[in-house]
Amino acid sequence: MNRFEYVRAGTVAEAVQAFAGAEGSRFIAGGTNLIDLMKYDVERPGRLVDITRLPLDRIEERDGGLRLGALATNAAVAYDARVQSRYPLLANAILAGASAQLRNAASTGGNLLQRTRCYYFYDTATPCNKREPGSGCSAIGGIARIHAIFGTSAHCIATHPSDMCVALAALEAVVQVSGPKGERSIPIADFHRLPGNTPEQDTNLKPGEIVVAVDLPARDFGSHYTYLKLRDRLSYAFALVSVAAGLELDGDQVKTARLALGGVAHKPWRNRKAEALLQGKPANRESFQAAADLIVAEAKTQGGPQGNAFKVELARRAIVRGLEQAAAGTPQSISDKRIQ
Amino acid sequence: MLIESGSPVAADTRIGISLTINGHRRDLQVAPWTTLLDLLREHLDLTGTKKGCDHGQCGACTVLVNGTRVNSCLTLAVMKDGAEITTVEGLAGLAGTGSNSLHPIQEAFIEHDAFQCGYCTPGQLCSSVGLINEGHARSRDEIREAMSGNICRCGAYTNIVDAIEDVMSQGGGR
Ligand SMILES: Cc1cc2nc3c(=O)[nH]c(=O)nc-3n(C[C@H](O)[C@H](O)[C@H](O)COP(=O)(O)OP(=O)(O)OC[C@H]3O[C@@H](n4cnc5c(N)ncnc54)[C@H](O)[C@@H]3O)c2cc1C
Ligand code: SF4
Ligand code: FES
Ligand code: FES
Repeated sequence: MNRFEYVRAGTVAEAVQAFAGAEGSRFIAGGTNLIDLMKYDVERPGRLVDITRLPLDRIEERDGGLRLGALATNAAVAYDARVQSRYPLLANAILAGASAQLRNAASTGGNLLQRTRCYYFYDTATPCNKREPGSGCSAIGGIARIHAIFGTSAHCIATHPSDMCVALAALEAVVQVSGPKGERSIPIADFHRLPGNTPEQDTNLKPGEIVVAVDLPARDFGSHYTYLKLRDRLSYAFALVSVAAGLELDGDQVKTARLALGGVAHKPWRNRKAEALLQGKPANRESFQAAADLIVAEAKTQGGPQGNAFKVELARRAIVRGLEQAAAGTPQSISDKRIQ
Repeated sequence: MLIESGSPVAADTRIGISLTINGHRRDLQVAPWTTLLDLLREHLDLTGTKKGCDHGQCGACTVLVNGTRVNSCLTLAVMKDGAEITTVEGLAGLAGTGSNSLHPIQEAFIEHDAFQCGYCTPGQLCSSVGLINEGHARSRDEIREAMSGNICRCGAYTNIVDAIEDVMSQGGGR
């Protein structure tokens, strides 16, 4: 780890000010991603601004929905009785990620801002545009099993690794931030970004802005939902493909469909055309297959035996199965790993 | 030096913190980059807590911070100023039966043969106590899932779950 200054912030204003006061500042919350990256010298902050003592750990009722403080831990959110009963999609997505120990430390804000698990991003001996802009992308033409099939660019094909954010995308959460220029709200769909020419930027957060809360809207998709996560081992592994699905049904017709995919893009992946296609259709396999086909038609894969072409069929089937689970009201169990 | 909210501490400074470790209050001077794991092992000679991966991937470093299980390799000691830490060396003390007797989960690990080489065991034990405190896991499947953050290269998993189930059925055993 490099040598850095340490500031313990007592208020949001103090944190924002301390961040601006040095080169290469980073906020630190749970530390489960930042300290990991610092040990690999991928992150070399000049100053760490410790935000763990800010009063941002509450989960509160707001406008018929819930406001999750940025420092509410992943465990606190997932096991909150209101989240469990009204936003089980979010609870299940969080519980599908990391381990109990990590979720006890990880924060809502830190989870949003966790960085990619691309192996080359972690390996300072290899070129990586996200870590070192302009150096090249080692994953293109390299080992790209875990990489993106949607929204990639010629400069980066990394995925965003979060499970929580996939559920937030389906729920259309809103991120509340505070910064040197005041406060603003960012819809989750605009929070993360595609890599384009600037893969070093994961999100549309401006330098020095701090996430203070995440708002969950009143529509909770609490009856017909699932979080289906497919990975190399059954627990404590990142998603190869995941599906967050939420449906509102009118009899056996789809009134509203929300569908977000994880493990396939630089941000939680939504396809509004596919959601629109489902509207008014019978909630059956045929409709779900049509939506899945529409989504995967846009896939662009990386070749070779170490490539990610397998993700297209995996995603197609996961979408169909996820929508079926949601329609039937039989969400994927977190502990019983059989996929029904 | 002591920390003042909002004031930067220069990189080469030792910061004064106080932690209650296994029931004993310790006033310590630490560099900002010292992880809780390194503080325990390198500075305080509490080598029961193990370093497996140093990256949150194995659970060997699991300790209880204010009763909650976390990976001590991914937390900085300065950030835990004021906290109560329990390591494997302190589990017997938690049981409140005097330092010569073991915590029920330790007894159960012996009873059920829940380890071979023992390297993962301190982390497994602290994680088990954390799991029981949390109270979310009930079935065998749920225990397995909630213990997935502790890797055991010897593959003692089945017996570890047996030991936890046993203690849970006796009513917790903190
Ligand atoms: C072994 C392992 C397995 C994992 N598996 C999974 C998994 O399966 N699924 C999954 O989703 N995640 C997984 N994770 C990642 C984990 O969810 C993240 O590390 C965690 O959510 C990050 O939260 P934190 O509070 O610890 O963030 P930190 O490490 O403290 O911070 C992460 C980043 O966010 C910034 N930041 C933190 N808080 C704020 C804020 N309020 N405002 C602005 N910036 C902020 C920091 O500056 C830093 O850049 C895994 C991690 C590990 C180590
Ligand atoms: S995919 Fe992105 S993160 Fe991975 S090597 Fe290429 S530029 Fe770096
Ligand atoms: S040493 Fe901390 S998780 Fe492996
Ligand atoms: S007992 Fe050997 S690693 Fe678990």
